[in-house]
Amino acid sequence: MHSEETVDPSQVILWSDDYEGHDPISTRTFGFWMYVLSDGMLFATLFAAYGVLSYSHSYYTGPTPAQFVAPWYTFIQTMALFLSVLAYGFAMTALKNGNKAGVINAIIAAMVLGGVFIGLDIHDVLRMIRIGATPETSGGLSAFYALTQVHAAHIFVGLLWMLVMLYQILRQGFSEDVVGRLLSLRMFWQFQAVMWVFIYVFVYLWGYMS
Amino acid sequence: MLVNVPGPWSPLLGRLALSEIPYKNLILAPLFVVIVLVAIALIAGITYYGKWRYLWKEWFTTVDHKKLGIMYIILGLVMLFRGFIDGLMIRTQQALAVGPGNNGMKAMGAIHGYLTPFHFGQIYSAHGLIMILLAATPLLVGIMNIIVPLQIGARDMAYPYLNALGFWITAAAVFLIMISLFVGDFSHNGWFGYAPIFEMAYSPGVGVDYWIWTLELIALGTTLGSINFLATVVKMRAPGMTWGRLPVFTWSAVTANIIALTSFPCLQVALALVAADRYLGTHFFTAGFGGNLMLYTNLFWLWGHPEVYFVIIPAFGMLSEIIPAFSEKPIFGYTAMVLATFAIGGVSWIVWLHHFFTMGMGPYVSTEFSIATMLVGIPTGVKVFNWAATMYRGRLSFSAAMTWAIGALFLLLIGGLSGMMLSIPAINYMVHNSVFVVAHFHMMLLCIVYAVFGAVIFWFPKIYGFKLNEAWAKIMFWLFSGGTFLVFFPMFMLGFMGETRRLDWPFNPQWAPWFDVQEVGIFVYVLSVLAFVWMLYVSIRDRSQNRVHSADAWGTSRSLEWLTDTPVPFYNFAMVPHINARDEVAWRREHGFLESNPDHFKAIHMPNNTPMALYIGATTFVLGFALTWRIWWLSIAALVLSVLLMIFRSNRGDPGYVISAREMEELDRESKAHMQEKPALPLPQGGFAGGTATAYSPLPHNNSPSGGTPPSSGQAL
Repeated sequence: MHSEETVDPSQVILWSDDYEGHDPISTRTFGFWMYVLSDGMLFATLFAAYGVLSYSHSYYTGPTPAQFVAPWYTFIQTMALFLSVLAYGFAMTALKNGNKAGVINAIIAAMVLGGVFIGLDIHDVLRMIRIGATPETSGGLSAFYALTQVHAAHIFVGLLWMLVMLYQILRQGFSEDVVGRLLSLRMFWQFQAVMWVFIYVFVYLWGYMS
Repeated sequence: MLVNVPGPWSPLLGRLALSEIPYKNLILAPLFVVIVLVAIALIAGITYYGKWRYLWKEWFTTVDHKKLGIMYIILGLVMLFRGFIDGLMIRTQQALAVGPGNNGMKAMGAIHGYLTPFHFGQIYSAHGLIMILLAATPLLVGIMNIIVPLQIGARDMAYPYLNALGFWITAAAVFLIMISLFVGDFSHNGWFGYAPIFEMAYSPGVGVDYWIWTLELIALGTTLGSINFLATVVKMRAPGMTWGRLPVFTWSAVTANIIALTSFPCLQVALALVAADRYLGTHFFTAGFGGNLMLYTNLFWLWGHPEVYFVIIPAFGMLSEIIPAFSEKPIFGYTAMVLATFAIGGVSWIVWLHHFFTMGMGPYVSTEFSIATMLVGIPTGVKVFNWAATMYRGRLSFSAAMTWAIGALFLLLIGGLSGMMLSIPAINYMVHNSVFVVAHFHMMLLCIVYAVFGAVIFWFPKIYGFKLNEAWAKIMFWLFSGGTFLVFFPMFMLGFMGETRRLDWPFNPQWAPWFDVQEVGIFVYVLSVLAFVWMLYVSIRDRSQNRVHSADAWGTSRSLEWLTDTPVPFYNFAMVPHINARDEVAWRREHGFLESNPDHFKAIHMPNNTPMALYIGATTFVLGFALTWRIWWLSIAALVLSVLLMIFRSNRGDPGYVISAREMEELDRESKAHMQEKPALPLPQGGFAGGTATAYSPLPHNNSPSGGTPPSSGQAL
């Protein structure tokens, strides 16, 4: 870096020949990791809000988690989501083998299981509204709904994304774009399952124990 | 589920009604007329000169990081002006209203001064929100957008389309806050919002809703941008650009965008919860029903403090580029500089509570946050000493950019030391919510503004091919500094005298002289705005004299962006450089390679322009507007439409286009010819130790793949 340093002009490389061929899938995947990080912060903030709003006085005079959560019911949701992630994993192994039918079937299975999750979630929300545990009841319930339903919204977006991917696989086959998107969707889907683990433990199980 | 709103509501138009347009307001009505006239003149002008097609093809649909950066900067400057006018109105109100017994202007319905308290509240809320999120942020993002890919030797950002999307969502936020001037009201409870005043029961109007959706849009746009910056720096660096060679500005962009990526989701959640309270009747931040007021304040500042460093750190990066270039020395303590940047970024996450020590969380927690806040002083001090040591025994040239940079250092010193005072809870309890705090953070934010003006002057020739007028840039600097001194020195004093912030009626007559000084100061600022406009006019008028005929506009620049042609062609680098040293351009200058051109070219792949980002940005604007006015059908339609547009774009993809090696050679020749149109002026001598450089050694042609050829002009350094 100093002018005293000698440089052999015949040896120096000034222009790069190997820049143009960088890997778009790795760039895309890295960016999606960054998105996952921000999504993690989103959930972290919601968890913080839930933590602050889960004292006994946060439930005002309304029901407390011990009265409105149904951990066994939610355990079925958990299994549905985990199996959906497993099914998506099968889609990824099929992708590695270039097996188009395998990918499509596995994604359909993942969608069905994700749909079961959403259906159970809606059913559970309806049950809670029936017993009078609505988001307007208390700050604690507001936080409960915010955390669980933001997660459900993510699952819904994931299902929509899978639908679009099915269309794109049928239309374009395993093009670079499609493969990149399938890999990003894998991260998204697994991340939502991980978030669900936290929600199940801290909201449902812990709430039931409280 | 949905909250009932006071006042009329119809399914078709929501809360929107003709009576929401403040046509009787003596400030807004004439302003509206002026804006409409300016808009008509602009549209007529563009139509008359037949520029619509050009604007659409070259700007509105562009995915080029430089053009998006320029649009960000224009957006930021326009909003800086809007925020400044808000500041002017605040100052004038306080100067007119000070002391008991003064009568307000009856025509305006004011009891004191010329503004009603409600209108005054909207103005200071808009001033704060605009200056931080819609002026400083777009200006910094714009400069990062232009410079970061050039500094790392990339052709564009990692995701050019996402870049355009981030810009248009930011533009949607700007449109939303601007339309709040003329349709309905803006929030009146401060830019950060006080809980529970923003609840429906206390703020039944649409002002808070405008505030929520403006912030949500800008948060979305900035998060998308931060993903893009990080991926760009990690994945798109030119070969040889190791982490240890990354320019300090790019390092600061990395730090800032890590902060943005991790903190903006907190803001999005905090405001979404406010929106849930106001729209769905939940009880997150209500005073009863188990809500928690301080949860909001915590969540907001959990974002708010990192955000402050998100705006200051790129400004530090700009200083780290300007000062070495005009000291003709490499930056002192590069590693310490980078580590200090990261230290500031890390500490930014553990200090948020110092914004509300008076919450009363007890001595233990207060002490923790107090000490964490003091810790910020260490890396910041390291940076200041490094800049000083860079200048020490350097060959300083006080060009306009350098003048602004040095001004920024002084403001940093005042702002930083007053910040250290505020970090002590005992002092903080005394001056909490006083204008002392306001003066402190204006010092910091003006430090950013100084750095931004320095950066604009510094990098302007790189983008446009001609320099800004030095003399007028310096006149503007001195006027701006005079304004800064006259407005904010009295503000520190008023803080010590006990003036709380946001007073529409400062009751104490002893404050009057200080308010008068501030009023003079704000008009000195007005002069500096005029000087800025005049500087632009003079510079554009004399652009042929100020043309830059070499890649390195200042002759003493150091980092990679100065290697490519001036103005930068759309492909950035005809052939991506191989990086050999930390300050690549300085290294090439010292070793005589600055004039070397690649002897062969390769085909490159570029993305196509697309209007889709503009369309999606427009749908987010409609979504924000419809949600503000509770027009449910339009909100759903806008949301569905934006998702459909995204799916449509995803299905079509963008194959991009390829420029062949032969075309690249031709483009490069044209670009170089354009740059050197006039006979090349003698190149300014660079390097340290007397501007010496080693003798030029022509490289053999057959040394490819990566050798160089002697420059056609044969200028030996």
